Amino acid sequence: MKALYFARVRERIGLSEEEIAPPGEVVTVRQLIEWLSRRGDGYAAAFANPATIRAAVDKRHAAPDAPIGAAREVAFFPPMTGG
Amino acid sequence: MTPQPAPSVRVQADDFDVAHEQALLTQGRRDIGALVSFVGLCRDEDGALEALELEHYPGMAEAEISRVAVEALERWPLQGLTVIHRFGQIRPGEQIVLVLTAARHRADAFAAAEFLMDYLKTRAPFWKKERRAGGAPGDWISAKSEDDSAAERWR
Repeated sequence: MKALYFARVRERIGLSEEEIAPPGEVVTVRQLIEWLSRRGDGYAAAFANPATIRAAVDKRHAAPDAPIGAAREVAFFPPMTGG
Repeated sequence: MTPQPAPSVRVQADDFDVAHEQALLTQGRRDIGALVSFVGLCRDEDGALEALELEHYPGMAEAEISRVAVEALERWPLQGLTVIHRFGQIRPGEQIVLVLTAARHRADAFAAAEFLMDYLKTRAPFWKKERRAGGAPGDWISAKSEDDSAAERWR
């Protein structure tokens, strides 16, 4: 699946998107964040405070316990500041 | 019961013309009694902001604004609805976002416009980063808890 990163999350990881292949036991958004956090220092820094992370699965907002299922695209970003 | 109008939702780098957008919404209509327009501007509070860089999530930004627009149409009897949100570099004084709501009566148009802005603030995937005068990079604008409480009151 494709992982997308925006704003401060993108800056800390140093990538705007990448292909990822999480193992089968990674089922929820929260578990995916924990799995990504172990990929390196930038990821650990980006996800250090889970309360400041929002996620979207296939372009819809998703709660931490939402399943990632067969998602094509999962995105991570800080709370939004549009409008 | 008249069918719900299709909302016009656009996410673009270019500026928009409020009068033109109002005309598009009302042309040929004799049944609209109230047209509310809200424009959000880029503001500089301490004279040190050169511009805001608005990052967005292409595809999701349009989809999420459309979902909020459909929700507004379900809650209020609107006759027309336009939302335009810009991305990219926006300087102080320039327009960032437009919400237009048309209804038979003003109460519905006002309420729907306020609902749309409250929800856009907390749900539309946009992030603002400051660029300070002289080109120095500034910080990301922090999300405000008032925005969350403003959105919560519509639940």
